[in-house]
This record gives sequence, structure tokens and C-alpha cells, in this order.
Amino acid sequence: MSSLISLAFAAFIVQNIILTQFLGICPFLGVSRKRSAAVGMGIAVVFVIVLSSSITWLLYHYVLAELHIEYLRTIVFILVIASLVQMVEIFLKKISPALYKALGIYLPLITTNCAVLGVAIININNGYNFLEMLVYSTFISLGFLFVMVIFSMMREKLDFAPVPKAFKGTPIALIVAAILALIFTRFGGIV
Amino acid sequence: MTQRENFVKGLFKENPLFISVLGMCPSLATTKTLENAIGMGIAVLFVLTLSNLIISLLMSNKKIAELVKPVRIPVYIVVIATLVTIVEMLTHAFVPVLYQSLGVFIPLIVVNCIILGRAEAFASNHKPLDAVVDGVGMALGYMGGLMLLALVRESLGYGSLTVLNQFGVTIKLNLVPVLNFLGIAPMEFFVQPAGAFLTFGFLLAAIVVFSNKKAEKAKKGSEAA
Repeated sequence: MSSLISLAFAAFIVQNIILTQFLGICPFLGVSRKRSAAVGMGIAVVFVIVLSSSITWLLYHYVLAELHIEYLRTIVFILVIASLVQMVEIFLKKISPALYKALGIYLPLITTNCAVLGVAIININNGYNFLEMLVYSTFISLGFLFVMVIFSMMREKLDFAPVPKAFKGTPIALIVAAILALIFTRFGGIV
Repeated sequence: MTQRENFVKGLFKENPLFISVLGMCPSLATTKTLENAIGMGIAVLFVLTLSNLIISLLMSNKKIAELVKPVRIPVYIVVIATLVTIVEMLTHAFVPVLYQSLGVFIPLIVVNCIILGRAEAFASNHKPLDAVVDGVGMALGYMGGLMLLALVRESLGYGSLTVLNQFGVTIKLNLVPVLNFLGIAPMEFFVQPAGAFLTFGFLLAAIVVFSNKKAEKAKKGSEAA
């Protein structure tokens, strides 16, 4: 149990997916202008990462490994993720139009979000069992949501800050991200 | 557009990393040492050139193009994923140390926006030869960007520049005396995640200033003429 808790904490803060593993930088910079958009993207990512990690884990261990075709991992995973995102989109449209309206525009963007494929591959590389995989993917994606929300709030303020002309936009956002990353990596001693 | 312009645009004017700001994730994660940056650059070069060639060949056949058009994105992804699997196997077999240090970022070339972007924006509606030239130019531009980042990060972070550390051969430049001469010690900060963001931010700002100056000069030049 304690190992699961430390795994969860590590995934959430210390090995934060954006700030220390550099996965999902595109939405981190692209969709963080407004808090509402950042929250929507974050929730959609949590949903898709947990779902896709579970499916790819099962597929890898019960189909690919059984047939000794592990080398097809990359192709299979990306196809599963792409079709899963499509399916989630259709499903949400039918079941909950309100939720679809809120998350709909972010879903297609997720297919090319490297965080989703990255987490699926990390789960396999680290040799997690099913429960560990579930905890890891849940907390790493919650870490994504957490950082997106913090960063979007900072950026809303940054729009009104007197920034030198050359640093406007992406450069200053990256420098703010650097300070944020510094804080997150300092928690390394705990785990 | 001449073949030369087609090649050079990827290096400077439309540099995928610093002008279009595509493919950020690997650029931050694989630039701890110059060697990793070169390795990543070569992997992208291989995948981008071949994917551009294959997709351009596919789409220049009218019958196939018509058939593929509605499902072209999945088709591109399968082509790219196949090439990435080949790269993964080759690096695993021949340069295992590099394979270890690049880690998850080799399979993640599949979702690198540069490759899918060039396939959709360029390769699908140009001749195979043009597509290959574009792919090589873009990939070299990306590799140059990675190397620039790694140059700053490794020299300031470790006080060294590693060009090659494989097959028992080590080509490594020791920069500690230079840093000592300047009165600074190697700062580990630059090889940590935070240093990656900081270096990228400052380089990007420098490039914005540089390209603005150039644009102004060109404007003045045309006005004077």
C-alpha cells in the first residue's frame, strides 16, 4: 500500500509529466491561454490517458506478448489511441451532449498529444502490474491537469505584465515554466 | 521554387523548431548532451525523409490518392509508425547506449507534429523528389535546433561537449578550463528540466530579435530602392 502511495505522489509531483518528463508540451503552451480551456483539456486528457493506458496494457500483455510480436507495440498503440479518441467522441456526443460540448474540441487534439502514447509506453517499460499501472496513469494525468490549471492562471496574469518585446508570447511562457519546473523538481527528496 | 530554396527554407526561414515551434517535447528532453541531440536528429532525419518519400509516392498516383483521401491521416500514421519501429529496432541493435538515453522519445517520434505536418502540408501534394529535399532540409533544420540547445545546455551544465560516446570511442571536449577562465563553474541547473525550459525561452527570444532586425533591414532596403 505504501509503495502505491509513493508511486502516486511521485507521478503527481516529482515525475510530473509536463515539467520533468517533457510530455505534452504542445497543449501545455497552446491551450493554456485561458483557464476554462486548460481545465477542459486537462479533464479530457485524464479521461483518455486512464482509458487508453488500461486498454494498451491489456493488449500488450494478453495479445502481443502471447503472440511474441512485442515489436508491433508502437503501431498498435497509436492506432488504438487514435480509434479510442474517435470512439470516446462519438460516445460522448450520444450520451452526454453537455460534456461533449465542453470537451469536444479538445478530443481530436489529444490523438497527437505525446503524453497519451508516452504514458502507455512508460507503463510497459517500467513493468507495472495492472494496479500499479492504474495508479500511475491516474496520478500522472492528474498531474497534467494540475500543472495546466496553475500555468493557465499564471498566463492570464502574464498577459498584463510589462514584458520586453522579444519575450512576448512563448519565450516568457517558457521562462515561467522553468521556474515552475524548478519548484516541482525540488520535491525530489521526499520520494 | 528552386530545389535549393526548397532545401534551405527548412534550415532557417521555416525552421521547424524555432520558427514554427513544433516538436517541442523531444527538443527539451533529448538535449542534455550534444550526442543525444545528434542521435535524435538522425532518427528524425531518417523517418521524415522516408515518410515524405513514401507519402508523396502514394499520393502522386491518382487512383490510390482518391482511395486514400478520406482516411489519409490514419494512413500517414501507419506509414510513420512503421518507419519509427524500424528506427527503434536499429538503434536498439547498434547503438544500445543511445537507445537507453533517448528512451521513450524514440517511439514518440510517431506523434512528433513535424512529421505528420510535413506529410499533410507538403509531401501529399508535391513530387517525390521535392518531398525528399523538403524532408532532408526540415530534418536538418530540426537537428540544428536540437544541437544549438544541447550546445548551450551541455557546455554550461557539465562543462563538456560530447560528440560521440559509443562503440568504445569517446570524442569529448572539456570546457571546464574555459568556464574557469570566465570565473564560473559548471551549473547543474542547465541539465535539469528547469534549465531546458529556460534555455529554450532565451534562445527563442534571441531568434525573435534577430529575425525582427532582419525583416526591418529588408523593409528599409526595399524602401530605399
